[in-house]
Amino acid sequence: MADVLVKKEEAKDLLVDKQPKEPLFSKKNRKLLNDPLNDNNPITVQVLGICSALAITVKLYPALVMSISVLFVMAAGNVIVSLMRNFIPNRIRIIVQLVVVASLVALVDQVLKAFVYDVSKELSVFVGLIITNCIIMGRLEAFALGNTVWKSFLDGIGNAFGYAWILLAVAFFRELLGSGTLFGFQIIPDAWYLANGGFYSNNGFMLLPPMALITVGIIIWVQRARNTKLIEE
Amino acid sequence: MDVNKNSYTFLFATAMVVVVAASLSFAATNLKPFQDTNVEQEKMQSILSSIQIQVERSEAPEAYGTYIREAIVLQKGEAIDGQDAFAIDLAKEIRKSDEERLSPLYIADKEGEIYYIIPLQGNGLWGPIWGYVSLKQDINTVYGATFDHKAETPGLGAEINTPVFEEQFKGKRMLDSNLTFVGIDVRKGDASTEYQVDGISGGTITSDGVEAMILDCVKEYVPFLKEHSGNTATAAIISE
Repeated sequence: MADVLVKKEEAKDLLVDKQPKEPLFSKKNRKLLNDPLNDNNPITVQVLGICSALAITVKLYPALVMSISVLFVMAAGNVIVSLMRNFIPNRIRIIVQLVVVASLVALVDQVLKAFVYDVSKELSVFVGLIITNCIIMGRLEAFALGNTVWKSFLDGIGNAFGYAWILLAVAFFRELLGSGTLFGFQIIPDAWYLANGGFYSNNGFMLLPPMALITVGIIIWVQRARNTKLIEE
Repeated sequence: MDVNKNSYTFLFATAMVVVVAASLSFAATNLKPFQDTNVEQEKMQSILSSIQIQVERSEAPEAYGTYIREAIVLQKGEAIDGQDAFAIDLAKEIRKSDEERLSPLYIADKEGEIYYIIPLQGNGLWGPIWGYVSLKQDINTVYGATFDHKAETPGLGAEINTPVFEEQFKGKRMLDSNLTFVGIDVRKGDASTEYQVDGISGGTITSDGVEAMILDCVKEYVPFLKEHSGNTATAAIISE
């Protein structure tokens, strides 16, 4: 009986040894990157992180800075938690995750204040609120705690990009239709404006948070119409 | 190793806190000079904005040097020496007694006209509000005003730093016909005289804060400025 068991163990070891090392961008790993962009988008499918998506998407530039900040916090947070995953006492794991995220966010906040002061004023509390962004805690708890460093890194990057592209898409439409600019550059010709004898006027409603919600809604609508996997029975 | 032992948990938590504290304070210390420069430039930008000069933040120090002719400090209505006006933290000064309180005054020279820039500091609904108001040489007429806030509600109290609100102050008066200081009344929608401006709907407490802030801060300067008012050589006297 015991012999059989030992043999089984050996067989298992052999099996494991024979398995080829997983390539860095295997199909599975690519899925970690791609999935959050569409099929499992944190904003449009999981409906997380909506608060900041509504608040800071009036202009593209702050949305971009916010996206980069979230990208950094998410990738670094996932990597750090994944590195420590075998050492974190189970009972305080949520606290540990919070501390990791909070210190990364504090760091980002300091860097923004030092190098992009005006944007950091515009983002104001929303940089601090990255800590409470459900996407981040969600990925740490659901993914980084149970997966290897490289996989967690890809998962973090993937989800951050999933968050970022929605943010930038919403900000694109809000800035273009609300202010007639993109990244602060005038796009709508001056001559079109009513004030200059034209026919066009910026839609002030686009600058208000409700329009962000409606824009996100339209993106969800388009996405579900195109992606049959997301259509519920 | 049992990671769920109590002793290990304590050890882990302690080590984590120490590491995090060390790395964050290291980062904060190293980034402080950059942040301080930004804050300083922004302050210069606001001061200039109150005399209707709009510059980019990075260009503010140069423009500040061009337009601001003098920065003096008043105590008990008299100019005193040995204080750096720009470095004074007004938030601390407004809590001091009248005897100890220091009040910085900036004197600007724009296209041959002298303007007095008075820094303001007060309280809104959620946190501090501040700003600068510039007076023309008659020490009465407002030339420009700029306000800012820490945490007022966006769309309501936070509107005090919008041009719509700030523009109203231009041309308003601070002294009545007997040259008594009366400040500027922030009204609920019926501002009509030259001593009144319209407040912000939904931002009553912030609007009241602006009114109180002007009363409280500008009064410190009135005796001093009156003494030098009507005198064409005012600026010369002050800079002596």
